[in-house]
Amino acid sequence: MSAPAPVTGVADRLTGLVGALRSHGVRIGTGETVDAAEALEALGLADRELLREGLAATLLHSTGQRRVFDPVFDVYFPRRVGAPGTGAPADRDDLRNRLAEALAADDRAALDRLAAEAVDGFGGYGASPGSDGWSSYQTLDRIRPQTLLARVRDTVRNRGGATGFTDRLLEDEIRRRIEDFRRRVATEARRRVAERRGRDEIARRAVAPTADRVDFLFAGRDRLAELRRAVQPLARKLATRLAARRRRASRGSIDLRRTLRGSLSTGGVPMRPVLRRRRPVRPELVLLCDVSGSVSGFSDFTMLLVQALHEQFSKVRVFAFVNRIDEVTGLLVPGAADPDGLGARIRAEATLTGWHGSSDYGVAFGEFAERYTDAVGSRTTVFVLGDARTNMSDPNLPAVRGVRERARRVYWLNPEPRSQWGTGDSAAPEYAEVVEMHECRNVHQLSTLIARLLPI
Amino acid sequence: MLFTSVDDVSARLAETGYLASPAVATTVFLADRLGKPLLVEGPAGVGKTELAKAVAQVADARLVRLQCYEGVDESRALYEWNHAKQLLRISAGRDETWDEARTDIFSEEFLLARPLLTAIRGDEPTVLLVDETDKADVEVEGLLLEVLSDFQVTVPELGTISATRRPFVVLTSNASRELSEALRRRCLFLHIGFPDEELERRIVRLKVPGLDEALTTSVVRVVGALREMDLRKVPSVAETIDWARTLLALGADTLDENVVRDSLGVILKHQDDILKAAAKLDLEAL
Repeated sequence: MSAPAPVTGVADRLTGLVGALRSHGVRIGTGETVDAAEALEALGLADRELLREGLAATLLHSTGQRRVFDPVFDVYFPRRVGAPGTGAPADRDDLRNRLAEALAADDRAALDRLAAEAVDGFGGYGASPGSDGWSSYQTLDRIRPQTLLARVRDTVRNRGGATGFTDRLLEDEIRRRIEDFRRRVATEARRRVAERRGRDEIARRAVAPTADRVDFLFAGRDRLAELRRAVQPLARKLATRLAARRRRASRGSIDLRRTLRGSLSTGGVPMRPVLRRRRPVRPELVLLCDVSGSVSGFSDFTMLLVQALHEQFSKVRVFAFVNRIDEVTGLLVPGAADPDGLGARIRAEATLTGWHGSSDYGVAFGEFAERYTDAVGSRTTVFVLGDARTNMSDPNLPAVRGVRERARRVYWLNPEPRSQWGTGDSAAPEYAEVVEMHECRNVHQLSTLIARLLPI
Repeated sequence: MLFTSVDDVSARLAETGYLASPAVATTVFLADRLGKPLLVEGPAGVGKTELAKAVAQVADARLVRLQCYEGVDESRALYEWNHAKQLLRISAGRDETWDEARTDIFSEEFLLARPLLTAIRGDEPTVLLVDETDKADVEVEGLLLEVLSDFQVTVPELGTISATRRPFVVLTSNASRELSEALRRRCLFLHIGFPDEELERRIVRLKVPGLDEALTTSVVRVVGALREMDLRKVPSVAETIDWARTLLALGADTLDENVVRDSLGVILKHQDDILKAAAKLDLEAL
């Protein structure tokens, strides 16, 4: 199975690529690396895009990993080396003109060339070696491709490229092209920096992790939007897993009493084991979510996920709090709710704050225990979502203990890394003594936890 | 080796009516060259199963298909002993010794080959399609491992049957369940997403040749815009083709509000989605 790599330099690059992918959590074995080398040999180095697909096919195992793979590939197998070599530094207006032209024509190759020129002309910063580099942010800030929208649209309209019904799609299409150009600039800037600082470092540091490993607390807006789109597929996956577990759990355990009674007809020899029948009880679920600024991304996501799983439970009730608590189950009706505005709607329509705007777990728990005693019963599993940062106020442990005593189980999912529990105003250790607390920093951890903790 | 180069793959698949993107062509080429199974994932209706059929047609090979479903087991996937025939054989030869009868009833004659064994045993070129692998239980994956890594099947009474000729294996999955890591690392992974605009235009032109050029472009653009939206079920290539056929049948020559409004049900399958799309496309209330 050994494949001599075409050139030793290429073998180094390949192992470097594999190493960088591994450091991003993509699991690649030696066997796959050998396969990738064989693929490299079979495909040759002539066509970069074919090589990209070939390596992706041999090294990756799931769709989400592609997001990490593409930027890393661009660093290790760059399109070109050094500056674009246009000679004279580009003029900003001239560049914008040509960019508008390329956007109007949707000319991908031209966009690539322009991205290279733009980074070369406007992205450089710093003068001394070691502190200089190339910035995509600075490039885009100077070129401002988003301001070209109206111009490009008019150009296309004047040419009669879009008439009639599809004309209304034009703006969105151009917006997508501009977004695409921004990505090209980012790729180009990463490549230029990698030439200066070394590929390995850039591939490890400057490539965003896969969506399911992004920390909830640090996820930006677009990342959160991406996570919301992942809710439905994830829920479907979890639902099948739960259904399978329920099915399996419903067979196998022997009902001793009925087996022995049945054995009387065979003289006391248990010929036919009788299995225990399971009552089809579907559990109830109660969610207590901190929706204050810092952790709201995490809460929103979990609420949507649980709502998407509602068929698995007989009853789901969701409560949101900052320093007062209110029921928001009605705001989470599937289909009717648009997930993007969920957080805003909850904050607008529910009473969540009293005298001040910072979160207070103690008061919220107290109010929950007082107003919603009927929500928690012996069949209820309670999930608390939040970072347990009480702003130095009383954590109100008796209220939490009260909930724990009435409920079947209580779990606490904390989006902060375990090492930060108890630092500053965090009351996590105190709460963790009362209820089972789990670290839940990203979608990956959340889906494992949900699958493990959800009652069946 | 079925193919000589990536271009060769694209060209020959195109002859059968399957237009492959560069990613698809490259991966098929590598699967053939490295002799590894191909695991294809992607949304419904982008042509995962069609790919296997097209490869079979190109290679002039027999297509053996194992359709997976919940509860599919060894006797459906691999092989089964023909009990009825074995009983007949035993009652037919009453005066022979036990050893003779035993060795005889566990011979090839009494073996019913199911898809996996059929694909392994054949002498002619074979394409094995394991469809909707994610629907099968985890145990079946274990069964597949031996077949996929060594192309052999072990029957306890007969011994190990190895492939005389390696089949070209395609597994498809809708990702409703995460396939095991062990299975994944034996395969080349290919994700077929929605095609880009240009490719989709070519697909529509190929499948619905009667449709006018400008209308094809509009259809593809509208579908592309819908895919960018946050819908419960985004339209797939199959839906694009259905829509194109519908428009042809309706005799529409350009897209306008009325036509789109009346035929939106062909591409979108949920009422919420239709309402959302109508709002996005500025259609009058439905």
